[in-house]
Amino acid sequence: MQPEAFFLRRRVQSAIFFAAILGLTYGSILLTQFDVIQGLQAVPRAFAWGIVNFVPDERAWTRLPRILEKLQETVLMAIASSSVASVFGLGLALLGANTTRPHPWFSLPARMLASIFRNIDVSVWALILLFSFGQSGFTGFFALFFVTLGFITRVMVETIDEVSTDSVEALRATGASYGAIISQSVIPACLPQLISWVLYMIETNIRSATLVGILTGTGIGFLFDLYFKNFNYGAASLVVLATVVAVLLIEAVSNAIRRTIL
Amino acid sequence: MSLLEIENVSKRYGSETLALNSVAFSVEAGEFVAIIGPSGAGKSTLLRCINRLIDVSSGDIRFDGVSVPKLRGAALRRHRTQIGMIFQHYNLVNRLSVIENVLHGRLGYKNTLQGILGLYTEYEKREAVRILETLGLSEQMYKRCDQLSGGQKQRVGIARALVQQPKMLLCDEPIASLDPSSAKVIMDTLRDINQTMGITLLVNLHQVDVALHYAERIIGINRGQVIYDGPPQALNNEQIYQIYGSEAGELILDLKERYAA
Ligand SMILES: Nc1ncnc2c1ncn2[C@@H]1O[C@H](COP(=O)(O)OP(=O)(O)OP(=O)(O)O)[C@@H](O)[C@H]1O
Ligand SMILES: [Mg+2]
Repeated sequence: MQPEAFFLRRRVQSAIFFAAILGLTYGSILLTQFDVIQGLQAVPRAFAWGIVNFVPDERAWTRLPRILEKLQETVLMAIASSSVASVFGLGLALLGANTTRPHPWFSLPARMLASIFRNIDVSVWALILLFSFGQSGFTGFFALFFVTLGFITRVMVETIDEVSTDSVEALRATGASYGAIISQSVIPACLPQLISWVLYMIETNIRSATLVGILTGTGIGFLFDLYFKNFNYGAASLVVLATVVAVLLIEAVSNAIRRTIL
Repeated sequence: MSLLEIENVSKRYGSETLALNSVAFSVEAGEFVAIIGPSGAGKSTLLRCINRLIDVSSGDIRFDGVSVPKLRGAALRRHRTQIGMIFQHYNLVNRLSVIENVLHGRLGYKNTLQGILGLYTEYEKREAVRILETLGLSEQMYKRCDQLSGGQKQRVGIARALVQQPKMLLCDEPIASLDPSSAKVIMDTLRDINQTMGITLLVNLHQVDVALHYAERIIGINRGQVIYDGPPQALNNEQIYQIYGSEAGELILDLKERYAA
């Protein structure tokens, strides 16, 4: 192919792509009857309203102890579900990875299970689990658990095959048992990545837990919902502030941990 | 009785590739055998059939009188403890220290719990230290393996194999990733192990000149078949052509003449 023809085709491809995006946008605006102009005009007003009502007042600060208590509950729940799920996720990854699977038949089911868990969003899991557990802490816990399980399994399957194939072969050649191979070579080789991903999931799950809490009526999300619906905007914004601070803190801590282990 | 007897071994991958085609030879205890052949000839496959990292398709392999293809479970593990393996890419756990990697060579002797917990005896630890010292790695003992040079990593690989107290070493292109001077150190070490410890060596090599220089017996393989099996001195030009195909043969003959001169 001539270079001219190649670049012409490239340009045509981009043109078609942008036209398609424009068409989709316009189509969806028409269908939903969403007035873009009006929506955009509302943004400054929303901001002004937000700033006026966002600053927590005197009364809101008195609720701080209760907010912190609920926040702690949510953070601990997120950490607990993330870590428990990671242990199971690692187990599933060991069954699924080419290097460590006990039998080739284990691979596909393990990977399929992982992608099912991962591809269903937390909020959807929460809705599904509401049926079994109702509005309780379990719903949130298991929603986060399933998503984390799927995610950790997926990333660890790849990590295991990437970093430990060679050393697993060497240990097999020494006559080491399956358990010894896993604990002496696969786990040490994968540990930094595993810890890093678990920290990432803890960060993500603290954010998700807040939203899931609104749905399931537990933790910090419940408190936000309560204050907001009672027009107690000052307290509601204090909840948001506290959550943001907590998320930033956790992120700083986990970054520090990452730096030392990698 | 020979230490290793390979009888009519064939290995088929899928329905197309016949990686080994009725291979037969035997190796006496204490021999230094080099296996040469072009890429894809089946050298790695052959070594891995001997310690059963790969299952043979047909034929029999007897090691120390025991038939290898039928071994399972604990008996297979016991078989593997007697054979050390050395790899082109060293196959160490890079994040662990040198001494930990060397002690991995003892895992074949452990029961499941000891193995999972990595419990080694005082004697085993002293042995590991002693072997590292003889290989000139006492300074590196507590360093992480990712801080070592290629030649040092390969010596750790050799230490891991020696701590097994093996009867035989299988070396799959042990110097293919090394610079010439580290390669020489490794090959000299291997020869030393063969001569002073009496450990049988089976070494896959790409470099014919190195094979001719170090080994006391050459096995030439092409497309899964043994083309030549004999002493280096008797390997003639025609046979090198047969092993490598005509064009590569030209090149290798050059090398051989230079080595002979
Ligand atoms: N796991 C596998 N699945 C399918 N075919 C394989 C597999 N391993 C090796 N083969 C094929 O078997 C043949 C022999 O491979 P082998 O690795 O033993 O050759 P080799 O002599 O070690 O080559 P090299 O010098 O490149 O390492 C090759 O044709 C290769 O493509
Ligand atoms: Mg090979």
